[in-house]
Amino acid sequence: MSEKKKKKFRINITPDECKGCGRCIYSCPVKVLSLTNKVNSMGIVYAQYNGADCIGCGSCFYACPEPGAITIYEIKPDEKGKE
Amino acid sequence: MSKEEIKFGRSKGFFETFERRPGPIKKNMHYCPGCGHGILHKLVAEALVDLEMQDKMIFISPVGCSVFAYYYFDCGGISVPHGRAPAVATGLLRANPDSYVISYQGDGDLGAIGLNNFLQAANRGENLTVCFVNNAIYGMTSGQMAPTTLIGHKTATSPYGRTVTNEGFPLKVAEMVAALESPVYVERVALTSTKNIRSARRALRKGLTNMKEKKGFSLIEFLSGCPINLKKSAEATDEWIEEEMIPYFPLGCLKDIADERDKIIRPIPIFDKEKVTKALLESAGNIKFGDKQTKLRKDLRIKCAGFGGQGVLSLGMMIAAMGQSRNINVSWLPSYGPEMRGGTANCSVVMSNDIIGTPIVIETNILITMNQPSMDKFLPDLATKGILLYDSTSIKPPKTKSRVYAVEATRIALDIGNIKCANSVIMGAFAACLKGFELENYEGAFEEAIKTTFRKKPQLIDMNILAFRKGKDSVKTVNV
Ligand SMILES: Cc1ncc(C[n+]2csc(CCOP(=O)(O)OP(=O)(O)O)c2C)c(N)n1
Ligand code: SF4
Ligand code: SF4
Ligand code: SF4
Ligand SMILES: [Mg+2]
Repeated sequence: MSEKKKKKFRINITPDECKGCGRCIYSCPVKVLSLTNKVNSMGIVYAQYNGADCIGCGSCFYACPEPGAITIYEIKPDEKGKE
Repeated sequence: MSKEEIKFGRSKGFFETFERRPGPIKKNMHYCPGCGHGILHKLVAEALVDLEMQDKMIFISPVGCSVFAYYYFDCGGISVPHGRAPAVATGLLRANPDSYVISYQGDGDLGAIGLNNFLQAANRGENLTVCFVNNAIYGMTSGQMAPTTLIGHKTATSPYGRTVTNEGFPLKVAEMVAALESPVYVERVALTSTKNIRSARRALRKGLTNMKEKKGFSLIEFLSGCPINLKKSAEATDEWIEEEMIPYFPLGCLKDIADERDKIIRPIPIFDKEKVTKALLESAGNIKFGDKQTKLRKDLRIKCAGFGGQGVLSLGMMIAAMGQSRNINVSWLPSYGPEMRGGTANCSVVMSNDIIGTPIVIETNILITMNQPSMDKFLPDLATKGILLYDSTSIKPPKTKSRVYAVEATRIALDIGNIKCANSVIMGAFAACLKGFELENYEGAFEEAIKTTFRKKPQLIDMNILAFRKGKDSVKTVNV
């Protein structure tokens, strides 16, 4: 349990609320976001989370101009410390 | 198994879904991709909740791209004409000093059409937070030059680039407001990098906290991106703001004296109808409202018209004074051309047993004219069952179905020896036309009114009463 105190996070980008501006992507300090090669229902190429290493800093959330496109979750281990 | 907790997510300061927004998209906003308005809206929504200001907040949506901001915030909202947010905010705050108001304004709205309203509100120290979104352009109307447009910047209305010689330097709003005495807090921030957005968040909260603590006026100027009109990506827009705008519009706090200032306590407004009436009447000189009021059969809407110098305004004043002496509610509204003598002049008098709404008279039921142009102008507005009274010294008999009375007012006044008492002759004629029609003891009322009107020139009273009596005896019925 060497990394026992390290918090874990993930983010979700709702495709239909994203306008593909890229603000979250260049604001992320650990570069874990990118544009997809898919379009949402508005016909916009949207952003996505690469799936790992989010540090939960909130930069992408405040950079994003849409109210609910981005949600950042803290993953809390259960009592036994498992994920 | 693990549990998840939302660390950053959609704020409860926003409506869950944007039902007011037309069309199928109800979760995101109408702004272009990467627009600074969206970034700021999120900071506002979050602050409303965290500072517990939602229930008392009225968010003012301006004219500009943020005209639809009321679609989004779960708090009170109001839309206002271009540039008028600080004036409306003043009304809201004075009527209800416990409410909170955000005046959200663009650079066109605040810096151009609304600059006066804004500066006056700042200078009065209204307990208001102004969010000034400086994107250096008219965004909504697609890219015209704003007061804050940078030198050299090409826009739809500065196609060769703004120049100092032609358009002057970009307006430094924050510096200007910081120089005033009243404002307690002025800061300029930028909606660009994470660091800058975080300080924008702090500044906004500081402004709102000042309002909550009734410390007065706070201005936060947000340098904000309009990628569409700049024709740049969001990232290049941020770079442009940091490299081009910030050197001219430096970031930072320009004034913060909220701690030194006491709470603003303004008089508590009165809404109770009886108290308002009492307060108004007290200032008008202790008239007993509704007491022994002469009953009118219907409201009188009177127009007296002639040329300046004929005394039509004082004629109206005498008629109003006559009504007032019988405790009838009256209003008197003068209207005259720029020339004091020789131009046209008229006044509107309303008499009512009820409270008078508008003092403006359009449809008249009594028209008094003292020269031909006034007759031609106002006769079409006379009600069919109305009364017309005119000075037949110079006016030709009109064609009308209304009741018509004529008196040679100017002629009689000249015979008495002073052309200026023609209006009192008319008063006499007017009293005769009303005989048996509207008022009891009307003659006494009119004579009293003459005495009231000339109380500061007592030497004129007798002559005018003589003129009044002659007018009463000389009036001719032209058509009944
Ligand atoms: C009385 C009036 N004059 C002019 C307009 C046209 N008009 C609409 S928005 C706007 C300028 C908006 O610019 P700004 O305040 O900077 O807001 P932005 O869209 O950039 O956020 C103008 C001139 C109007 N709607 N009403
Ligand atoms: S929270 Fe921070 S680390 Fe995670 S995706 Fe957003 S910007 Fe990147
Ligand atoms: S900042 Fe928001 S709208 Fe822009 S790409 Fe990222 S998620 Fe989409
Ligand atoms: S025109 Fe500019 S200010 Fe208006 S919504 Fe688009 S990006 Fe925002
Ligand atoms: Mg603008």
